[in-house]
Amino acid sequence: MRVTEKIIEGLLWLSALITILVTIGIIWVLLSESIGFFKEVSIVEFLTEKEWTPLFANKKFGIMPLVAGTLLTTLIAIAVALPIGLTIAIYLNEYAHARMKQIVKPMLEVLATIPTVVYGFFALTVVTPFLQQFIPGLAGFNALSAGIVMGIMIIPMISSLSEDAISSVPRSLREAAYGMGSTRLQTSFGVMVPAASSGIIVSVILAISRAVGETMIVAVAAGQQPRLTMNPLVPIETITTYIVQVSMGDVPQGSLEYKTIFAAGITLFVFTFALNNLSFWIKKKYQEKYD
Amino acid sequence: MTNSELNRLKDKAFQIFGIFCTFIGLVVLAIFLIDIVMEGAKRLDWDFLTSLPSRRASQAGIKTAWVGTLWILVLTTLIALPLGVAAGVYLEEYGKKGRWANFLEINIANLAGVPSIIYGLLGLEIFVRQMKLGSSLLAGALTLSLLILPIIIVTTREAIKAVPRSIRDGSYALGASKWQTVWNQVLPASFGSILTGIILALSRAVGETAPLIVIGALAYVPFTPSSPLDEFTVLPIQIFNWTSRPQEAFLTNAAAAIIVLLLLTFLLNGIAVYLRNRQQRKVKW
Repeated sequence: MRVTEKIIEGLLWLSALITILVTIGIIWVLLSESIGFFKEVSIVEFLTEKEWTPLFANKKFGIMPLVAGTLLTTLIAIAVALPIGLTIAIYLNEYAHARMKQIVKPMLEVLATIPTVVYGFFALTVVTPFLQQFIPGLAGFNALSAGIVMGIMIIPMISSLSEDAISSVPRSLREAAYGMGSTRLQTSFGVMVPAASSGIIVSVILAISRAVGETMIVAVAAGQQPRLTMNPLVPIETITTYIVQVSMGDVPQGSLEYKTIFAAGITLFVFTFALNNLSFWIKKKYQEKYD
Repeated sequence: MTNSELNRLKDKAFQIFGIFCTFIGLVVLAIFLIDIVMEGAKRLDWDFLTSLPSRRASQAGIKTAWVGTLWILVLTTLIALPLGVAAGVYLEEYGKKGRWANFLEINIANLAGVPSIIYGLLGLEIFVRQMKLGSSLLAGALTLSLLILPIIIVTTREAIKAVPRSIRDGSYALGASKWQTVWNQVLPASFGSILTGIILALSRAVGETAPLIVIGALAYVPFTPSSPLDEFTVLPIQIFNWTSRPQEAFLTNAAAAIIVLLLLTFLLNGIAVYLRNRQQRKVKW
């Protein structure tokens, strides 16, 4: 009996240990292949060169164009999702009836369950043609529609996390504001949002991290042309799209081109790892504690 | 206009803006779904579901894709379910609070935030190359299992946490060992919530495209897989492949395949929501 108990506990412990092994595995895989890459390409060139053409005859290995593409689509997505998501959070908390909140929240969650390749299809076949009616210079592949659609996808992420943050602000603060004669709007922006600011910031950071790592929307709709630009109307390429592009093609294992996807991968990992841990740190340090 | 009237006006204006924002996402979603159904419905028939892929859009079907998706779904469940639940049970029932537990917790939160494409790179190196599984169903399912492991662990822990102390104490008082308590009391009591979490995690796995592309799942597979070591394609990859072709007819195919994929995702989510509601009604501690 004792022995069986111990064996079972050991097996459970091993399962928990796997999560650590996964992290070690990710870091090891990314590092070992990237080191091979950086033996052939200097890290200075990687960070400062302004072109990314590993698949062409004239190879240049500057990650900047891919980083710029990633930042551009992320920026557009957040510009769409933050105002809408935050407004929804405030509206559901301060204006809407409890019943409406109950109905609307799960409906918004549906947005987050749709596979991203489907959003990509939407960006390419619906949003881009629609925008082309107003923006004549808009290319068939562009950062703008990919970014907008990505923004729609992450609305529920911001609205739901911000809503949790706002609703955990104690009633007494809200009632004090109403007692002073504030309108709902003044209460929201004067009291509730500042009091919930750490939670709201965390939701935005997590949304940025999600947008940076998003792959299929940009792979379908943003193009495959690494370009150091902040122009949202032309085709660009993100870090994630590049990894997909190489994976789809016939690149021999062990070649320099093959190693580039791990160098791109480690860049992506560093960004999201930093963002995620920043959000944990803020959550821990600045979480308002009320009694 | 007095100051207070102005404030009230601003308040009203924001209310309208709030309603607008709340529904814009849903309206866009509705437009999109209608567009897809209008486009895809004309292509969606029995032949489309039972035909192999083809270079001609009008003859191409999604048989290999949906069979591949079902394979992946089953294999991923078989791998991720025992692992995730076991890890969740360990962390909640056995693990001692302290630095180690803290570290595990931060680590799992971090894993949940790693982009799915990075899991693809992990799977490519470990499963496809080191373990020599090739671009097989098994390699794909293992990769997706690692991807959804954090979600399953977190939901398992929350489900177990909701089981009250008194149930455990009662079991111990009758002389049950720790594992007997977990297996006979805690897990059955929290099974509904755990199942909900697992189904939600699986619906995520079904829609994943990027990691499977990275491990080398093919866009064109002329046969349906018959063992876990066969090469495969899945619905999202088939959709991606058709979407990236210039011909209009392939876009129609993509829309039809999207209808099938969305039905599957919504079905899984629907089951999860149904189970959650039933669970909430049934359990009153």
